[in-house]
Amino acid sequence: MYQIIRQILKTGIKTETAPQADDALRVEAQRLQEKILRHVGRALTIRHVDAGSCNGCELEIHALNNAYYNIEGLGIRFVASPRHADMLLVTGPVSRHMEVALKRTYDATPEPRLVVAVGDCGCDGGLFSPVDEQSGSYASCGKIANVIPVDVAVPGCPPTPIMLMQAILTAISSGGKT
Amino acid sequence: MKQDEITADFPDLPGALTVRRGSVDASQFRDMCAQVRHDGGRLVALWGSDERADDAGYALHVALIDSTGMLCLMLPVSAERPAYPDISDLFPAASRMQRAVADLLGLHASGADDQRKWLRHASWPGNVHPLRKDFDGSCAFPAETDAYPFVTVTGDGVHEIPVGPVHAGIIEPGHFRFSIIGDRVLRLEERLGYKHKGIEKRFESMSPEQGAKLAGRVSGDSTVAYAWAYAMALEGIAGITPPDQALWMRALFLERERVANHLGDLGYLGNDVALSFGFAQFWILKEQVLRNNAALFGHRYLMDKIIPGGVNIGLQMSDKRVIIEECSMLERELGVLRSIYEEHAGVQDRFIGAGQVTPALAAQLGLCGLPGRASAQAWDARVQFPCAPYDKLDVRMATHANGDVAARAALRFEELFESLRLQREILINLIGGDELSNPVKSLPGNAFGVGMVEGWRGEVMVAIHTDAPGRLARVHPHDPSWQNWPVLEHAILNNIVPDFPLINKSFNLSYAGQDL
Repeated sequence: MYQIIRQILKTGIKTETAPQADDALRVEAQRLQEKILRHVGRALTIRHVDAGSCNGCELEIHALNNAYYNIEGLGIRFVASPRHADMLLVTGPVSRHMEVALKRTYDATPEPRLVVAVGDCGCDGGLFSPVDEQSGSYASCGKIANVIPVDVAVPGCPPTPIMLMQAILTAISSGGKT
Repeated sequence: MKQDEITADFPDLPGALTVRRGSVDASQFRDMCAQVRHDGGRLVALWGSDERADDAGYALHVALIDSTGMLCLMLPVSAERPAYPDISDLFPAASRMQRAVADLLGLHASGADDQRKWLRHASWPGNVHPLRKDFDGSCAFPAETDAYPFVTVTGDGVHEIPVGPVHAGIIEPGHFRFSIIGDRVLRLEERLGYKHKGIEKRFESMSPEQGAKLAGRVSGDSTVAYAWAYAMALEGIAGITPPDQALWMRALFLERERVANHLGDLGYLGNDVALSFGFAQFWILKEQVLRNNAALFGHRYLMDKIIPGGVNIGLQMSDKRVIIEECSMLERELGVLRSIYEEHAGVQDRFIGAGQVTPALAAQLGLCGLPGRASAQAWDARVQFPCAPYDKLDVRMATHANGDVAARAALRFEELFESLRLQREILINLIGGDELSNPVKSLPGNAFGVGMVEGWRGEVMVAIHTDAPGRLARVHPHDPSWQNWPVLEHAILNNIVPDFPLINKSFNLSYAGQDL
């Protein structure tokens, strides 16, 4: 116990200041009312759905929970069920084998619900789409928005934790609209 | 006929690895697999290819390793009757690979016990095979109903827990079907393939450079290992050796990838036994490694830094200090954290005896990589088949015999210390210079190359076939998770359901790498 306490004291506080929202990441005009945003804004719950990524984006989503980014310190928490979630954080491309599971997860999320598409593949299907972002392939549906409505999309391969935080904060900020 | 007599005239492939390759008939194929098995060798990968363009039907390929190196066998398979002899009785790990070949190419393993589909769910019909050359990869089919016959366990008080594909955490998708009595697991059956996104088909329309990027995204957490294995295969075909400086850089990247992943896993192993202190500490260390990667090399996970022919970034001599300081810091912190994990009664109570795979079972099933070494399977490509620059590094392999979560955790600590030692060695050998790559200009036609790298999970292999004009005709990336997923089904037996997340994490297998 002594060793643990000593190590905690020696480590100190690593958490850094969170980034600001970035309207450039917004895909859809704000769908939610300001008062609802105010309601969820301070205690957001996120359900992560890997719809077919290479697992690179997941590494950075994990990193959001480390002491530097400390996303729980902002009142944002990852939950185990879509029924407890305000937001889906979806990595892709959406494989055809995950299409039904993703749609069901979306349907199970209570409204108002937000969707953030993560990574280059989530934004446009990435390297896994042979023709263009609309078409996908025999095994991939392409970008997330081909399967469920997306509010904010954050590019990057993978997007850094800072970019992910920005995207999440953008989704829950009103963007000046009411 | 003895194996030696058959392989005597098999040519050595050019390239960094010691590989003999040749064509065999069906009975030689079985005999040679049996011989390798008998001599203590292992199956690395099994895949198929469509050779109908050359009027040669199909071909089945296996890569085997024994103490002397890799042996690649090619078995021609007729187009009229696309079947080949089953080898899953010799190598149990072959079963799922054979089922995948049946799904993707329509070649069947005659006499195999398990003929169920594997990578195919409901997205394309059973009579359609995406890796056949006459299949258009951009077409889509209306979804069918996905009826998959799970094995059911019956008896008094037995019930099932279906889990996934969407799991209750930040994890990749897959389905686990537990048959349990009380809290005790009687059987676990895995259903994977949810992430299948047609990677092998995509390779076939790509240039070698685009292929390098795709290879680095087969399993994002092993991007360095895949990119290196792909480059090694391509360089073998092209007859190119990267500059020394590039090889040292690759080894540096590979060890840094191992360090980052092992740190993350040790953090989660602590988290899964309610020691959130462990998660906090290890993920601070991991973040520092990632930030140094970003600062020194421009990418936190080192994606796209290894290119065919070499690397595209070097290390400033003045930046060596950053890595040396990082290594010292990690050695110091890891020493403290290891003693905390080892002396923490709660941690050890959960770790010891959980998810045990005995050395005998591991040998029988072909457990490989890190979980293999934790069950006394002393295989490490850096040690047995050291490609440059590992031939100059004298890697010290660590093994354990207990095969439980505690052994897999202890092994991660030992491999971390070894990786840090290796990084220091690599820095001594990195003498700088501008030469980072010998570009791959063109590839010879109808050639074959293979690359194998010991990634943090185990051996990552990439095989490349070119067509007559020298384009990528078939690329098969192989993840060690193919071998290790079936063993997880055994590791959980007689454990309690709440220990599954911990046991699963201690293996930390790739879904993306196996689903392709």
